[in-house]
Amino acid sequence: MSPKSRGASVLKNNLQNFSFVLPAVVIFCIFYIYPFYKMINLSFYQWRGIGPMHFIGLENYKELMTDHLWWNSIAHAGYITLIALTFQNALAFALALACDREIRLKRFYRVVFFIPPVLSEVVVGLIWNWILNPEMQNGHYIGLLNNFLYTSGFPQLVHDWLADPKTALTTIAIVNSWKGFGWGFIIMLAGLQTIDKQLYEAARIDGAGAWKTFTHVTVPMMLPVLLVVVILTILGCMQVFVLILAMVNEGLVNYTDVPVTRIFSAMQNTNQFGYACAEAVIFGMILVCVSFILKKLSDKAKQA
Amino acid sequence: MNGKMNRYVFRKMARSTLTHTFLMGVAITCLFPIFWMVRCALMTNQTVFVDEGLIPHHLDFGNFARAWTEGNFAVFFLNSVVYTTCVVTGIVIISSLAAFAFSRLDFPGKNVIFYMFVAAMMIPLPGSFVPLFVLMTKLHLVNTRLGYILCMINVGLSLSILILKTFFDKMPHELEDAARIDGCSKIGIWWHMALPFARPAIAVIVIFNALNVWNEYILAFLLLDNSNLMPLQRGLMVFQGANGTNYPVLMAGLTMAAIPIIMVYLFMQKYIVKGLSGEVVG
Repeated sequence: MSPKSRGASVLKNNLQNFSFVLPAVVIFCIFYIYPFYKMINLSFYQWRGIGPMHFIGLENYKELMTDHLWWNSIAHAGYITLIALTFQNALAFALALACDREIRLKRFYRVVFFIPPVLSEVVVGLIWNWILNPEMQNGHYIGLLNNFLYTSGFPQLVHDWLADPKTALTTIAIVNSWKGFGWGFIIMLAGLQTIDKQLYEAARIDGAGAWKTFTHVTVPMMLPVLLVVVILTILGCMQVFVLILAMVNEGLVNYTDVPVTRIFSAMQNTNQFGYACAEAVIFGMILVCVSFILKKLSDKAKQA
Repeated sequence: MNGKMNRYVFRKMARSTLTHTFLMGVAITCLFPIFWMVRCALMTNQTVFVDEGLIPHHLDFGNFARAWTEGNFAVFFLNSVVYTTCVVTGIVIISSLAAFAFSRLDFPGKNVIFYMFVAAMMIPLPGSFVPLFVLMTKLHLVNTRLGYILCMINVGLSLSILILKTFFDKMPHELEDAARIDGCSKIGIWWHMALPFARPAIAVIVIFNALNVWNEYILAFLLLDNSNLMPLQRGLMVFQGANGTNYPVLMAGLTMAAIPIIMVYLFMQKYIVKGLSGEVVG
């Protein structure tokens, strides 16, 4: 083969191979790279979604720094995340430990605990919105919870859970944990099952009790898995939004709004596209930093 | 000795009872709201507050018919089926082609492009729906099925490519070489060997993306205003906004959205567990 025609055949071969990734690359560029660029770009403009765009430099970011509603919304998401990290993950870990042995109904439990996570946020939000309903009809409370409290002798506990600023966010956080603990459970159970049973045996022969075995064998072996669950929990819960929309709509602004709600309403209700993008950029950077730090920690735990 | 033995047995039994009480309590907490939803869907607006039995005396399937016709759920349901099928098919074809190339073929810039997809998975993009909406408006893809389908294909693409690439890396080279000697083209190898070989991985991809598309709400809200194009999740919110107090029909709608996904989960749970734990632990 002459060098020239060989070059041509290499080129043809490369093009042929590249055509395999072409559809993926095209979709990725249009629907990921371009919006990524556009998000940063728009954050320097004042724009109502239509009409002229005004370049205003860092004004959106300056405004954002002193926007109390925005920082409050981050605190709200942080609170929901904190409940998930403690209550939800502790529950998931306890359930995984309980299922990591030969017990009856193990398969049943494993199937059931993962049902809430496969349901959509809309479905979960609307079901709980109904269960928590505070209104009365025909002498009965519509909502299951309040009706139960009323009929079982605690009428003083009947409450409008989602409209009271004191209880709304906690109620949402608990429903969020109800929906989410199954993820952690499945991952942690899989992690527990990879631990070599001989380690437990060795600990027992060394005379370690149940608690010692737990703190000296189970926890250290599970540390990388637990950190992954922590990262996924933080990234998931900080971005919670549709669940809140389905439970309270945009009802209790200032008490139940999270960052994505703010971004959504800046775009949807007040047509501040530039400001919405600035919020999205800042929030994205916060999440990247948090997950980066945690990733570093988890790599360290894996080495140790 | 006997007393000691008895104490041991007793402690073991007490522990087992305690464990089961705990597990069963949580299991009931998981199932009860769903059971209550189905129960309400089977009652009428009159009986729902009166009948206090766990299983209602009189089952009424009229709510499903009402939701299906008056609530427009026939359209929503069909749309959800169409979107889920199209997006999942698209993702499987596009991501397996790309993953096959990343694993088995060579071309300049291969690694750069591959790491671009990996990086996209690592970087969370909350609020990317704002520029995406701007883009879709420009492309005149708002209120079109195609626009929504393309956006959702992009959502699932990166992870699917990564899963399939790790799987194709394990495919024995001898198989491929034999096929090549027999005159099989690259696309033929992809179709006849790589895809069948990756069946378990494809099952994981199908189920996770199907769950994701069926349950998606934000983009469906932003991109689809026309009620003939809306998927179930969007339709449910619209219905709730319009008939918020008609709980039996609303619950019938919710049941229609929840039951298919629960069924799929029950039949495919082997792959869900495998996918989840493989990703993190394996």
